Amino acid sequence: MKLHEYQAKAILSRYGIKIPLGHVASSPQEAQAATQAMGGKAVLKAQVHAGGRGKVGGVKVVQSPDEALQVAQAMLGKNLVTNQTGASGVPVNSLLVEELADIKRELYIAITIDRGFRGPVMIISAAGGMDIEEVSSTRPEDIHTEPIEPILGLMPFQTRRLVQKLGIEPAAARSAAQVMTSLYQIFVENDCSLVEINPLIITGDGQVIALDAKMDLEDDSLFRHADLHELRDRSQEDQLEAEAADLDIAYVNLEGDVGCLVNGAGLAMATLDVTNAAGAAPANFLDVGGGATDEKVAQAVEIILSDPKVKRVLVNVFGGILRCDVAARGVVIAYQRRNSNLPLVVRMLGTNLEEGKSILSESGLNVTFADTLTEAAQAIKQAI
Amino acid sequence: MGILLNQDSRIMVQGITGKEGSFHARACMAYGTKVVAGVTPGKGGQLFDDEVPVYDSVAEAVARAGANVSLIFVPPPFAADAIAESVDAGVPLIACITEGVPVQDMVKVARYIENKPVRLIGPNCPGMINPGAQCKVGIMPGAIHMPGRVGVVSRSGTLTYEAVGQLTALGIGQSSCVGIGGDPIIGTSFVEILGLYNDDPDTDMVVFIGEIGGNMEQEAAAFIGEKMNKPVCALIVGATAPPGKRMGHAGAIITGESATAASKVKALREAGATIIPTPADIGVTAQQMLQAMG
Repeated sequence: MKLHEYQAKAILSRYGIKIPLGHVASSPQEAQAATQAMGGKAVLKAQVHAGGRGKVGGVKVVQSPDEALQVAQAMLGKNLVTNQTGASGVPVNSLLVEELADIKRELYIAITIDRGFRGPVMIISAAGGMDIEEVSSTRPEDIHTEPIEPILGLMPFQTRRLVQKLGIEPAAARSAAQVMTSLYQIFVENDCSLVEINPLIITGDGQVIALDAKMDLEDDSLFRHADLHELRDRSQEDQLEAEAADLDIAYVNLEGDVGCLVNGAGLAMATLDVTNAAGAAPANFLDVGGGATDEKVAQAVEIILSDPKVKRVLVNVFGGILRCDVAARGVVIAYQRRNSNLPLVVRMLGTNLEEGKSILSESGLNVTFADTLTEAAQAIKQAI
Repeated sequence: MGILLNQDSRIMVQGITGKEGSFHARACMAYGTKVVAGVTPGKGGQLFDDEVPVYDSVAEAVARAGANVSLIFVPPPFAADAIAESVDAGVPLIACITEGVPVQDMVKVARYIENKPVRLIGPNCPGMINPGAQCKVGIMPGAIHMPGRVGVVSRSGTLTYEAVGQLTALGIGQSSCVGIGGDPIIGTSFVEILGLYNDDPDTDMVVFIGEIGGNMEQEAAAFIGEKMNKPVCALIVGATAPPGKRMGHAGAIITGESATAASKVKALREAGATIIPTPADIGVTAQQMLQAMG
């Protein structure tokens, strides 16, 4: 789950990391007033769940409260399209109005889980304020990765080493080390999958301030962070993906017209690959899970049928825990509720297969059965 | 013989009185697996299905029932505790089926089991099966398997069943099948399972199924190139996944070039593995390789 910049900064601040003076505005008038309160100059930052804002007008410096009003009017209520969003972008519902900072140096600092190390790593770079992916591909020598032993935590010798690598001046060294220590504490205590400060700035008078912040929470740990769960902003998510997530269904919206319902993530990915190989394009990834009931299958199929780009539906179920008759019943319920007649290709294997097939045959739906993955892919290609 | 499991495997089910635990304990027993104990704290003294003694702790299940394999079905918040309890009791082989274990719990578990004489499969996995020994420690449908000499290793559940289904339909039996799990941090890697198959006299070749995310498949490719003396056919799924999206498995997310299907396929091909063209071709590719081997 992603947090907005202002939400992440509030958490940083709670752990003692300095952030700029700021105010969240959801109307142009609020942005105007906040700019006034900051002495007439400010930076307005679109609050969206996507990076790359700066390059597409999502971050703007204003020189007067009136300019803030105009800029906010232009930004609020619009969709922002960045290199990290889809073509339709994400809605800008609020702006973070912040005081301007006296930037002397910009640094990069982040913590994430490294699979190879099987633990957290701190990533630092003296090239702050830039797209870190770009730095890592063009100047990998400017990035340093520090593994953190989970039993010890981030040790003082490590923060001393990192401060030295970043070439931080003595006056700011202690504050910078403290930011690193606090950031690790934030990462662990909030079950993050990523915390990132980019840039972490050093000001002319030697202060260390988080000018931007990004925080992703690990979905599987949200059950122990009810307070953080409340920070979820559904407006930033794909609406079908958000609906599916509420039903505990793994769903990813794609570009094609073949709605896919599968049980199991690996088989679901395989189904997309086979469909593509046959020359048809999947509209979605959907794993309905192992222990699904007919109602849950029905809800999953309804999500597929409510997607206007879906023109045909492929069901691929390897019936182990999920029985074929249960899956079949769920499909029929959803088609009836949606009053749909989209062509349906069903490939089922396993427990109660014959019963599942007869439920579908007798339903009156436009259904084609396939026995193998190859047959299923061929049938879905022709089903239009 | 196969890997990991054999006729002497004595299974305990942690969470045997729960919905999933009881369902799958029965399915394992029906397959012929020796389920000798269940563990549910607070329910010690009961008999599961009039047959399997339930204990309050793993240590008791080991001491009194001689259990030497743990199969874990407890809910995500308690999975790390269940794994650690089995490690503490000296259980040498653990399969954790539980899906949704917090990553930072697994970070700690991974450190705890390091350098200890224990092998953890999973979490978020279907488990493992040895058809020749009639021993199933997991949630896979037993009936699709047949004893034979092909080893199967995969990250996923139903895709492993798909692979096994295709093999069995062509009369190709399996020495063992292992699903190592779809999470970013898991107990046993592809390389370790490939090593076990490499040393198993009853495995002639390996069907390897990887997916997008991380670089475990590249590590496997390095092992195949340098150490593996048996043929491997390999499939990578997720070629059509968009970057940055979690495709069901927490680990199946493209974050950088090495996590893509193309990069993994390239590494495996260069290491000498035969690439399975699409998920529909798992069985036929294995068949062609076996025929070529004579």
